[in-house]
Amino acid sequence: MKNSYSRRSVLTVLGAAVTGVLASPAARTAKAAVQKVLASTGAAKGYDPTRHKWVMGIDVNNCIGCGLCAEACKRENHVPEGPYYRTWIERYTIAKPKPGSGDARGAATVESPMGGMNGFKDPELSKDEILHSFFVPKLCNLCQHSPCVQVCPVGATFDAPDGAVLIDPKYCIGCGFCIQACPYGCRFLNPRTRTAEKCTLCYHRITKGLQPACVEICPTQARVFGDLKNSGPDDPIQKFYRNNKVQALKPHLGTEPRVLYAGFDKEVS
Amino acid sequence: MSLEITNAIAELTPHFEGYAYPNEATPHPLWTVLIVLYPYITGLVAGAFIMASLVRVFEVKALQPVYRLSLLTAFGFLLCAPLPLLLHLGHPERCFQVMITPHLTSPMAIFGFVYAWYLMAVLLLELWFDYRHDLVVWSQTTTGLKSTIYRLLTVGVTDTSEPALKLDARIGHILSVVGIPSAFLLHGYVGFIFGSVKANPWWGNVLMPIIFILSAVVSGIALCVFNYMVLMWLRRKLVDMRCLDVMGMYLFYALVVDAGIEALDWIHRVYSAEEGFQVMQYMAQEKLFYTLNLGQALLGTLVPLLLLGSLQLFRHKVPELWRRRMYFTSAMVILIGVMAMRWNVVIGGQLFSKSLRGLMSYKMEFAGLEGWLMSAVLLCLPFVILAVLVKLFLSEKLPSSEHA
Repeated sequence: MKNSYSRRSVLTVLGAAVTGVLASPAARTAKAAVQKVLASTGAAKGYDPTRHKWVMGIDVNNCIGCGLCAEACKRENHVPEGPYYRTWIERYTIAKPKPGSGDARGAATVESPMGGMNGFKDPELSKDEILHSFFVPKLCNLCQHSPCVQVCPVGATFDAPDGAVLIDPKYCIGCGFCIQACPYGCRFLNPRTRTAEKCTLCYHRITKGLQPACVEICPTQARVFGDLKNSGPDDPIQKFYRNNKVQALKPHLGTEPRVLYAGFDKEVS
Repeated sequence: MSLEITNAIAELTPHFEGYAYPNEATPHPLWTVLIVLYPYITGLVAGAFIMASLVRVFEVKALQPVYRLSLLTAFGFLLCAPLPLLLHLGHPERCFQVMITPHLTSPMAIFGFVYAWYLMAVLLLELWFDYRHDLVVWSQTTTGLKSTIYRLLTVGVTDTSEPALKLDARIGHILSVVGIPSAFLLHGYVGFIFGSVKANPWWGNVLMPIIFILSAVVSGIALCVFNYMVLMWLRRKLVDMRCLDVMGMYLFYALVVDAGIEALDWIHRVYSAEEGFQVMQYMAQEKLFYTLNLGQALLGTLVPLLLLGSLQLFRHKVPELWRRRMYFTSAMVILIGVMAMRWNVVIGGQLFSKSLRGLMSYKMEFAGLEGWLMSAVLLCLPFVILAVLVKLFLSEKLPSSEHA
């Protein structure tokens, strides 16, 4: 039988593979450079997105639902008044099961009045009727396979090399497809600019070495922000991963979020 | 109304029941009635073209009287197809970016190219090759502006020799053959825009492009029946009953396949009862009760199935007048039913929160860019264009070669 793997063909394939591997960082850098020139990201001067990988961890057990993060975000990013939020807090209240019902738990209620910006009123159920109650901060999930990026007809929304999913407002045509495609409800059409908008991790701040506004103001460190390319074992984000079993929102959709949660319940979606 | 007041009202009046993500609690859905019209009009184009192809490619001679009318219908509606999308964009002035710098993984980006291909490379060319001989003759037999228009449309190609006409017919045939998959692609892509959204269980469905194509064929044939009967009525002429019977037959079989696939979709949804099924049940029973059960299922599917089905069985026992009435009624209710189907898909998919814990509502405004009035204008516009096209290219006063 004739051998179909000649030395030449094997060497050619290997050569192509090695070239591909060697060229990919260069291609990423080139893409980042092009994006830097062409896209309006609000990044600080001299910032190199290929040297960072931003992520966020959220410890649900630490969140007290004060809403300062949602308020700080609105102010920092000039988010319009009304039902437009880059980040918000949800309160989950799970009732105790009715005696004799055979249920493990009662009904779950979810609320987020004004995105939780002004905190929360006391729940309708009395303390004795509640099995669990907890707060879940929400924001762009920084998906590795972002449906929003996939569907944008002009490429106005894109994955930055540092993990942020950004929108170029000067390029967005305002079709709303990305808003429909985001499974987490994180996007909205800004009524002033008529373009899509979402959390950028406060890109104008993190590219200067600052923290996102929501992380900085959080009094309980429920939000943990970090740079995976520049973090040591004692950095909060590494501790977060080490000390918790983490989960992602809607994992069945295959979006692979980079925002990971610790301590949430099956009711959270 | 100023933005502040709008927002204040949005905050005060609940537009949703249960829990919706805060960004979803807007006064009206992101994609409104304009995005309902977009797949509706595009579907009518694809269906009308398939109708014309029955004559040209499949040589159904009985449909000859509606061949050119179907092509002109497809053309008139195609010119209006992107208008609702364009009007809906936040930045319509940037729309050319879709063509210049398309993002190739986006179904919406590719639609621009499919649309351009279908308009420029298929429909316009097929019309031109079909009409070329007539245009040459008409440019010589008419006078004034009409003659100039016909002469300009010949683009200087005035050869009417036998080989030239044979070549016209041959190219027309090839274009028609290419046109069938192109028409399917055009509307399949519209279905894919919705079917590809995995975030939304109402939309994210592998059958969506197929359902869109089939309902497009049904609505397009129904539109041709409607247009043909109205045109004959306006001209005080009798309709060709053989042609109408054959159109009715194709309409019936297309509707059977369409209803079958849509039923399969529902059976699958009910049986698998995946995530979000409870919300869907509630939608069918409450939010979309009238448009889904009455509009789409009863009026748009069952009634025409019964009317057209009974005509397939007892055609010879039904007097012509009643047959005409039954075909016209079927066409009308199908056109309404397919419109309801587009509404159910587009608006229905936005009446529940992606948290699957809440329901929103939608009340159409009257005036404004996305209201009743604009929708009515956008729906009438293709008929106005078609009237002009019929006046110019289907005139009774002009001799027509009608070769197909």
